[in-house]
Amino acid sequence: MSHRLRLNPIACEAHGMCAELLPERITLDEWGYPVLDDEPLDGAVLDHAKRAAAACPTFALLVERERERSRT
Amino acid sequence: MSGTFPTAEFSTADELTRVYERPPQPADPAGAGSLPRLLRGVPAAGDALELDRHLDVHGELPHERRRRRSAAAELIEQVERAGLRGRGGAGFPTGAKLRAVAARRGRPIVVVNAAEGEPASDKDRVLCQLAPHLMLDGAVAVAHALGAREAIVGVCESSSGAETLARAIAERGAGDGVQIELSTVPTGYVAGQESALVSHLNGGPALPTFTPPMPFEQGVRRRPTMLSNAETFANVALIARHGPDWFRALGTADQPGSTLVTLSGSLAAPAVYEIEYGTSLRALIDAAGGLLAPVRAVLLGGYAGTWVDGAALAELALSDAQLTRHGASLGAGVVALLSDAACPVAETARVTRWLAGESAGQCGPCVHGLGALAGTISELAAGVASHDAEQRVESLSRLVRRRGACAHPDGTARFALSAIEVFRDEFADHARHGACERCSAPAELPLPAHERVLPRSSGRARASSRAGARPRTLSGERAVR
Repeated sequence: MSHRLRLNPIACEAHGMCAELLPERITLDEWGYPVLDDEPLDGAVLDHAKRAAAACPTFALLVERERERSRT
Repeated sequence: MSGTFPTAEFSTADELTRVYERPPQPADPAGAGSLPRLLRGVPAAGDALELDRHLDVHGELPHERRRRRSAAAELIEQVERAGLRGRGGAGFPTGAKLRAVAARRGRPIVVVNAAEGEPASDKDRVLCQLAPHLMLDGAVAVAHALGAREAIVGVCESSSGAETLARAIAERGAGDGVQIELSTVPTGYVAGQESALVSHLNGGPALPTFTPPMPFEQGVRRRPTMLSNAETFANVALIARHGPDWFRALGTADQPGSTLVTLSGSLAAPAVYEIEYGTSLRALIDAAGGLLAPVRAVLLGGYAGTWVDGAALAELALSDAQLTRHGASLGAGVVALLSDAACPVAETARVTRWLAGESAGQCGPCVHGLGALAGTISELAAGVASHDAEQRVESLSRLVRRRGACAHPDGTARFALSAIEVFRDEFADHARHGACERCSAPAELPLPAHERVLPRSSGRARASSRAGARPRTLSGERAVR
């Protein structure tokens, strides 16, 4: 079962904690909003990702089990 | 969208009824290959096709499929075989959407999206105003097939179609066994986005929400929601009556049927036309009485769409399979011609500023990214941009993609990028010499009269913009029958 990062862009307020805690997968744009890597998370990275999601002050960062991608 | 066009070309009723007529062929007794379909029989005066006239023209909707388990399967199969695609711009196969809703647990709700927020499109308003019953028939057919008891039509509060729709709904009475409600939606570019419409119908603001859950999973009142564009439902009504083979007698293999396009620009008769998919742009222009000025470029798909150089005009055919060669698609049927009398740089700057102002103000990359994009393009237009401004437009366009709750940043980025590409010479000229003599020419691309001044600067203006920018609308005005 693989996991991926997902961001609720409406909830995100650019605190930037996630990029501190998961620099291998998250960078910040010029306004401080996270840019996510879309690769699957595994092993140690998954643990870091879960920690980053838990640290997000607005609960905007999510670690999701991969499900069938929703259609648009 | 009536009243939102600054230009006069959309305002007279008789122009709205112009359709690209193709007479029935002799060997085609059922009229499958003839146009118009959606606008068949509409009065020339621009009034709605009233219920009894509508039934004369189109016949009764087949009703025996109510309340049977096989009913859903039957209509869905017909729609699938017809190859109908959604007409709101994304072109998702309607049969697959119906199937997804039917597979969910719980009684579904049907939502007809006529909340057309695209200023360059007028076709949903025209459909509501001229042929409201065909669209309502489609909603009723879908409701019966899915076992839904309610259908809600969401329409722009500023649309003149709203009144016609309210009358049409009242005219039908309760005979269909489906309660049809009308909900007026605040006017706005993103208010017609499907999650925004669902949010509005749930008593929230008419702004996009974080998805999934998608409306088909959990939409209005948390029920599975069959939400599609108004024109999609009108086509379902035709398929329910005539079947998939009839439907496929017009159009292309990928995009069967006819569609409504909003043609604007320096033409004798800019208006909404019903065309067969695959019709050449030349033929459409001829049907509109021909060009009044040479065409510099064609905008396809609206302000989330793509520019194509006017030099390619003769080879353009209006189907996605054809347009994709030019990197474009038909979207919700917008074909906007820009004449060589207008300044494409000034037009691009004006529309991009408007698009940035139409951000719901919810997602950081959209608020800041589109603001920066509009600012950079405006600087380019004024000749005060830094030397790398065009690269800045390109990198901003890449940066905002897929980073909003809805596709507004993506669409605006696409529009800006294709403008930079197609109008490369004009942008270079502006960068060197500033405003040109055509910059002061009358604006050609339609924008609502309430064009907003770009309110954003850099920094953190978000908290306030989120709390106060748009009034929270509780229910709109609903005409419940």
